[in-house]
Amino acid sequence: MTAPTDRTEKFAAYAHPERLVSTDWLAEHLGEPGLVVLESDEDVLLYDTGHIPGAHKLDWHTDLNDPLTRDYVQGERFAEVMSARGVTRDSTVVIYGDKNNWWAAYALWVMTLFGHEDVRLLDGGRTKWVAEGREMTTEAPAVTPSDYPVVERDDRTVRAFKDDVMAHLGRPLVDVRSPGEFSGERLHMPDYPQEGAMRGGHIPGARSVPWARAANEDGTFRSREELEAIYQQEQGLDPAEPTVAYCRIGERSSHTWFVLTHLLGFDAVRNYDGSWTEWGNAVGTPVER
Amino acid sequence: MAAAQSQDEQQDQAPLPTGLQELVEDFHAVTVQERLQLLLELSQELPGLPQRYQGRLDQMERVDECQSPVFLAVEVEEDADRTVRLFIDAPAEAPTTRGFAGILHEGLDGTPAGEVLAVPDDAPYRFGLAEAVSPLRLRGMVGMLARIKRQVRARTTAADAAAGEG
Repeated sequence: MTAPTDRTEKFAAYAHPERLVSTDWLAEHLGEPGLVVLESDEDVLLYDTGHIPGAHKLDWHTDLNDPLTRDYVQGERFAEVMSARGVTRDSTVVIYGDKNNWWAAYALWVMTLFGHEDVRLLDGGRTKWVAEGREMTTEAPAVTPSDYPVVERDDRTVRAFKDDVMAHLGRPLVDVRSPGEFSGERLHMPDYPQEGAMRGGHIPGARSVPWARAANEDGTFRSREELEAIYQQEQGLDPAEPTVAYCRIGERSSHTWFVLTHLLGFDAVRNYDGSWTEWGNAVGTPVER
Repeated sequence: MAAAQSQDEQQDQAPLPTGLQELVEDFHAVTVQERLQLLLELSQELPGLPQRYQGRLDQMERVDECQSPVFLAVEVEEDADRTVRLFIDAPAEAPTTRGFAGILHEGLDGTPAGEVLAVPDDAPYRFGLAEAVSPLRLRGMVGMLARIKRQVRARTTAADAAAGEG
């Protein structure tokens, strides 16, 4: 069962308005059968300090990443994670989180790898819900474990590996890290080793568009017009061209992947989740400063 | 059995100041899920800044390893022990980071400078938190500890030099 699309005017201009819901919409539909709300934060304890009533916690590290291999969980574990939260294959899933929905977008992207069809973001995320004085609770949600199928992860369509990026060089790449990370000058404090990568800089030819430029002050997404001005007019990205987004570990670039794919309707955007922690450490990969 | 094993492992490790060691034991006495709850409690117990630091974050050191804005200040008293005082500011929206700050505050505030400097740099990995919050997140606490030790070192060195011992 699929929940209705939010008809908010701002959303109608986006390529896929059905991928967003407003806080008003969520407040109205909360508790309806077929709708599951998940909170996905950078901070693993934030949910426990209070969450939207009925929402379940979905942690990007402990639930979505494999504890051994640097990779996402496999289909069986994903099915367990979904079942424990009462999600079925045809549930409408609404994800929200902290930091402009940064980790919520990451969770949405991982759910996309498993082909979950109806997964949406709450525009403005946790911050907006709280700012509007809406109800929060520390009460654990009641749940009837569901029967979620074991689905094989699709790593070809929206995910790029290092070799894919090597083959993609010369075509559009978006680096969504901060300007200092892009230029390669950050972050070398005295006495502290630069953590995470052996080399600083960016993938040759990448455009620098820090991810948070897509968000307003209140954490909501900018309008279609504003987003087109940034990504298409200013940066010259073309919705028809295959594009790869990356950051440090693929989290911030999930947010940009969401913007390009669902709000601007780019045809073929892939997120390179290995990102700089792989590229900046691999031997022989080309780096530009 | 896991607990016994971890105790054996601890015997091979450099000792921690009493307060910090007690917290290590508290964390290992409970389940992984309960460790999160304990961390949340420590985040709630982190004291606010005293008057002299309020609104003066520019006087404090920013911890860049944390993704949230975290600031710390270290004072070393002029007593025989060179007692260390810690002041840490972390936002309420970052309870995990506040919890890390809470561990370090609870475990190190009021400890002699020499003991703080002797805390091994890998101490943040001894609380059994890697499996509860992931190893990547622990980097924030590693960064905080490194900065605390650096400040203690700087302040004791400066005090020694001023006293003509350096």
